[in-house]
Amino acid sequence: MVDLTLSINTELGHEILTGFIKSEITRVGMTRAVIALSGGLDSALSCALAVDALGAENVLAVRLPYKASSKDSLDHAQLLIDQLGVPSKTIEITDMVEPLFKLDPQMSKMRMGNIMARERMIVIYDQSEVFKGLVIGTSNKTEILLGYSTLFGDSASAINPLGDLYKTQVRQLSRAMNIPAPIIDKPPSADLWEGQTDEGELGFTYEEVDKLLYLLVDQRYSPQEAVEAGFDQKFVNAVTARIRRFQFKRMQPPIAKISNRTIGYDFLYLRDWGT
Amino acid sequence: MKLNLALAQINTKLGDVDSNLAKHLDYIKQAKDQKTDLLVFPELSLTGYVLQDLVASVAHKPTDDDPVFKHLLKASHDLDLIVGFVDEDSRHRFYIASAYLSGGKLLHVHHKIYLPTYGLFDEGRFFAPGNSISAFDTRFGRVGMLICEDFWHASPPYLLWLDGADIMLFSSASPGRGLNDKEKLESARWVERVTKAYASMFTSFVAHANRVGYEDGLHFWGGATLFDPNGEEIAIGPYNEEAMVYAQMDLNQLRRTRARLPLLRDERTSLVQKELNRILSRG
Repeated sequence: MVDLTLSINTELGHEILTGFIKSEITRVGMTRAVIALSGGLDSALSCALAVDALGAENVLAVRLPYKASSKDSLDHAQLLIDQLGVPSKTIEITDMVEPLFKLDPQMSKMRMGNIMARERMIVIYDQSEVFKGLVIGTSNKTEILLGYSTLFGDSASAINPLGDLYKTQVRQLSRAMNIPAPIIDKPPSADLWEGQTDEGELGFTYEEVDKLLYLLVDQRYSPQEAVEAGFDQKFVNAVTARIRRFQFKRMQPPIAKISNRTIGYDFLYLRDWGT
Repeated sequence: MKLNLALAQINTKLGDVDSNLAKHLDYIKQAKDQKTDLLVFPELSLTGYVLQDLVASVAHKPTDDDPVFKHLLKASHDLDLIVGFVDEDSRHRFYIASAYLSGGKLLHVHHKIYLPTYGLFDEGRFFAPGNSISAFDTRFGRVGMLICEDFWHASPPYLLWLDGADIMLFSSASPGRGLNDKEKLESARWVERVTKAYASMFTSFVAHANRVGYEDGLHFWGGATLFDPNGEEIAIGPYNEEAMVYAQMDLNQLRRTRARLPLLRDERTSLVQKELNRILSRG
């Protein structure tokens, strides 16, 4: 019987992930990291891991609120900043995004959300240059598989320590690392508009979908086998459709091959080439 | 007879042979200072693991006139060495290889037989598979070398055993995978289980040197081990950090174990051959 608790050895996970951050940053001659701290759990965990890998003084936490962002988000980010003792900045994005919003009074929430996510990417990459630190990603395996992100927005980073942890595993590791309880306990939200929650938008809970994803992806169950294991057929169909539909978000844009040697197809080197 | 073994659980620079050679020479010096007889480096220790299109540019020949091997051959006057490298044959086929160097000479080269080309692995795309499995004589007795996936299959260790190897020297660049609530990664548990099993079933010494460090998102877990002919753990290295793991083999243990447990004496090799012939002739 497959264990669906998705429980991990947090000490070993911590060791591998902090080692990853340290290795991938120092091998390119750098010592520092920057993280966009939303007040949510994923960025809190990424930040805490980066602190353990590099030291608090080498991690810059940047809060990037919009005028409609919830006060809780700012407060929770501050809680973490205080607890970890990292240098921090707050850069409001309102004045950057509003001119674009004003060009189209009919602009949808989705478009505004994407613009904000991409504006935050612009600011964090600019701070990367100022602080001389690499951008640490905060996308977890659940949202990467479900495509629940803004392409070139929150999905943009130099390295991503959380991308192979499901959301429920992010929670488990966060508890083990003493992330403040209000951050762990609140409903996950991109906080792009008032009242938005991940689980409300997706239509299912992370706990449910993580179990299903674990069977489909990690354990290589067919959709039919997942149904036989007790998951609702419609739920399985919706999730498998999302995984396929959002493959494009998980890849570099394909290059049309016309030469004998083409980047991505037969020009193959790791990023860590030579280091 | 006692054999002082050292397992160099190192990190490597991907594609930077000169830098990796310098680390080898440093570890060799440390091992020599500890009166080591035999020092084993991990798979592809001179090159790094996920080489992809770097393969041709990091290949070397284990000869006196090679700019890398001339240093290693010289160092092998002080202690025996196993190093991991990319071997290129005269017709420009590239192999994942281990070389055994002793007394300034090359004693044996093993080409990796099984190239994993599934899951996260893509070795078959870049390398030619080796075509022979043979034990060879050293000043410590007859030994055999295998590389990583080779010992995920049962037949290579078995063939080495029948070919006279009493000491099996395995090397790996094993990416860690399968984090769950257990104490160790699934990949580490699997490798420790099978290497211990070979020591037990073949009543032989089995040593394993695995690298550490990261290449992009891949993480290599270390945990070098030595098991004795009773299948008992003599030494185990730390996980996830560079280390030199020292362990002593009491080679007289082979005699004591096999006097008690004559699995080698009782092995029915002609029966194996007969049944293999029958099975393979079915087509």
